[in-house]
Parts: sequence; C-alpha cells; structure tokens
Amino acid sequence: MRYLVSVIDDKTNPGSTDRQPAISAFNDRLIAEGYWVFAGGLADTDTATVIDNRGEQAVFSDGPFVESKEYLAGVWVWEVPDLDMALKLATEASKVCDRKIEVRPFQ
Amino acid sequence: MSAVEEAITSAHRAEWARVVAALTRRFGDLDIAEEAAAEAFASAVERWPADGVPPNPGGWLTTTANRRAIDRIRRESKRDDKQKEAQLMYDDDPPEPLGAVDDERLRLIFTCCHPALAMETRVALTLRMVGGLTVAEIARAFLVQESAMGQRITRAKTKIKAARIPYRVPAAEDLPARVSGVLAVLYLVFNEGYLATGPDTDPVRHDLTTEAIRLTRLIRALLPADGEVAGLLALMLLTEARRAARVSASGELVPLGEQDRGAWDATLVAEGHRLVRERLAAVAAGGAAPGPYQILAAINAVHTSARDVRDTDWSQVVALYDQLVRLDPSPIVALNRAIAVAELDGPEVALAAVDRLAEPLAGYHAYHVTRADLLRRLGSSEQSRAAYDKAIELAGNTAETAYLVRRRDQLG
Repeated sequence: MRYLVSVIDDKTNPGSTDRQPAISAFNDRLIAEGYWVFAGGLADTDTATVIDNRGEQAVFSDGPFVESKEYLAGVWVWEVPDLDMALKLATEASKVCDRKIEVRPFQ
Repeated sequence: MSAVEEAITSAHRAEWARVVAALTRRFGDLDIAEEAAAEAFASAVERWPADGVPPNPGGWLTTTANRRAIDRIRRESKRDDKQKEAQLMYDDDPPEPLGAVDDERLRLIFTCCHPALAMETRVALTLRMVGGLTVAEIARAFLVQESAMGQRITRAKTKIKAARIPYRVPAAEDLPARVSGVLAVLYLVFNEGYLATGPDTDPVRHDLTTEAIRLTRLIRALLPADGEVAGLLALMLLTEARRAARVSASGELVPLGEQDRGAWDATLVAEGHRLVRERLAAVAAGGAAPGPYQILAAINAVHTSARDVRDTDWSQVVALYDQLVRLDPSPIVALNRAIAVAELDGPEVALAAVDRLAEPLAGYHAYHVTRADLLRRLGSSEQSRAAYDKAIELAGNTAETAYLVRRRDQLG
C-alpha cells in the first residue's frame, strides 16, 4: 500500500532548519527497511507556477494555487503494509523533520 | 411482543457484532459486512414468522449474511472487474496468539476505535458495527441529524478501506495507548445504555450496558494488569448493579438516595468491590497512580458500601472528587463534586459552586436538575420550578422526565 507523506511547514512558525542530517539518516533507514519509494524537499512556494489550460488558451500564474500559512515543504512516498505502519513511521518523521506530517493513501 | 419478534430481538443483541465481525474478517470490507448483516436481519424479520425460528439463529444469520455479501461482490465485480481483487480480504497477518480471548469482535472494536478516526466517529462506528444500533438511534444519542450521522459513518468506512486501517488487534507495544481510546468509547456506549435517550426508547437499554460490560471484560482478560481497564469494568459493574432499583414500577427514574438498596445486584456489587480493592492494593504496592475510571469506580464503591444513604461516607466521596478534579478539571466533574458537597457542607455551599458552572453547562440537563434540587432544598420554590422546567426541556430520558415532572409538580 502506497502513501503520500507530506511534510507541512508553517510560515509564521517554521520548523528548525538543521534537520537535514537527521532526515538523511531516517531516509537511509526507510531504504534499508524497504519502505522508501521516493523523497524530495520542495523549493519555496513563491517559486511555484500554476498552469490552467482548461479554457481557450493556457494561463500561467505566478505563485502557488493556494496561499496559506501552512504549506507543503516536502514529500515522501512510502510502501508499507497498512496505515498503522505508516502512522508509526510518520510519528518518527514528524520528530525528525520538526514539522507536521500528513499521511494520505494513494487510490 | 410475539415469540418470533422476541427471538429476532434477542438474536440481534447476541449476534449482530459477531456477524459483522465474521464478515469483515472474511471480506475485508466493513461496508459489505454491515450491509449484509442488516439484510440478513431483515430477512429474519420477513421469514421467521412464516418459517419459524431456526434452531441456530446465529448460524442462520451468518450464512444468510455471507450469501448476501457474496451476491453483492458478484454484482459489483460484474460491473467492474478490476475492483474484484480489491474486494477480497486483505488480512494477511498471521493470527495473533490471543488464546481464550481471540474474539473477532475485539478486532472489530479496535478497528472502529482506531486513532486515525475522530473520537465522535469512533463512537458512532462502534455503536453501529459492534453495538448494532441503527443510524437513527446513534443520531438521537448524539443530537445530530440522521443524515449527518449516516454521512459520518459512511466517511469512516471509506477511510478505513481507502487508507487501509488494519483489521486486527494491535501489537503488544501499541496496546496500552489503543486501549485507552477503546475504553472511552465503551464508557460512552455504557452511558447511552444506562441513561438512554429518545422518546420511544426504553429508559435503560440493558443490551447496551451488557454489551459494554461484556467487551470491557474481554479487554480486561487481554490486559489484566491495566488499572484503567479494571477501573472501568468496576465502574460499570457498580453502576449496572443498581439498574433494577433505578426505575420505579411507574416508570420514573429513582435517584441514588431514594433507591431500594435491597434491590441492588449483590453479585455485581461484590465483583465491583473486588476490582476496586485489587486496584487499591496495586496502587499501594507502588503501581501507577489511579486514572479517572479507577477514581470513579472508587466513588461508586463508597456509595455501594452504604446500606442506607445516611451511612454514606460523603467526606470520602468529596475527597475522591477532589482527586478526580485534578486529573479532569471539566465542568461536569465539578458539577458531580458539588452534588457530593451538598451532602457534606449543605445545599447553599453546593449551589454557589453549581452557579459558577452556568456558562459551560447551560445546555446540559444535569446542571439544571442539580440546581432545581438544591433550590428546592433551600425553599426557593419559584426558582426551583424554573430550573425543573429547563431540566425537563433538555432531558432526553423518558424515566428521568417523568421523575422531574413529578418533582416539579410537588413544589409548594
């Protein structure tokens, strides 16, 4: 079962910036235990571009699709047996990243 | 009620959770299990009056529900072949070594009480799947629209399936945390049975209290060293013991102080007291400090130890409430403490404490019941009447309403 694991940061109350070594060690463990599918940190939301080509011509807009205090700072994709395992790892991930984590299953 | 109706009612009580649990295990899908179980019971209502009650009603219901589930899966897989695989069971873990307490219903309850579900959802789902209450009954119990309650349960089932919440008893290291979530749900189920709400509902729903006690016993067998499990079981037993004395022949609720204590169930009282003593000894021997259920059980042990209400050790009751307030500073605990204070320090002191709770408890019937009683004892008939009016307006239990109406009408 695959889950999208989102790392949520908060613009007004950001998590600490010294987490990279801990995150790398956590990633190594995810890989060793066979849960790791993909991981990536995201650049700032200001760097996003939204494309809407549902109408007659494509419209590009500068910035994220929704402006909010909380935003997506990075993602994982994990392959785990069930939600209990995903929640267990996400509990550790929240500590490791010093940020909130959302776990959402793929269809 | 005819003999057949009675057989159906009793089969529903005894077999609902078992049928849902067995089908969930087999088909890996709560929605299919629930629907097939409901259809099997509907078939029983249709068929048993004509065909007679089968010799093994539980077996008949399980077989019928199984067939209905397979029919549904066939229908759906014709519609969408790709879904076929997904419909099959996903419980691929080896069975947990549970021995005597390996009960399918325990899996069901841990799934319904999963921490990834909101508390109100856990309660609703447990009442529906384990307790077998209808959506309408659950909606009434929690004062929400039936359609909203239906949606809440549907969303929960969808989440369990889509997010793959496992259908199993949690691993040993996760058990204590998961159990406390289950206890909260069971206590709510017990309370809905003990003070049932709804104009067409029996004032006491013995089926719910019995089910809550039975499941709490199961969890106690699984976790004999957990103090709060023992505490909740003792609390339920000591409350259930008073059931026969709690509603009068004319259908009125009888308050604790006016109950015929000879009608209390001595066996349940003795078992409850044994559990409370066991916990006191464990705490004295350096065990973990008692949690809220153990303290509530101890309060009930004090009440049930008094042969006459005048023999109640109220200072002990108030001391225990003080301990409880430190763990749970909620206005409802403060209200119950004030009721005990009235016996120790008089109604005036208690009323002052109760009036401080006006804001958070304005919509809670017990707040107005308590005020009405204290004002009555203080001779303030007019204010008491107004408080009874408000209490009657908010009370959802038929026996309690009857009692409150009489009390109000007796005011000078």
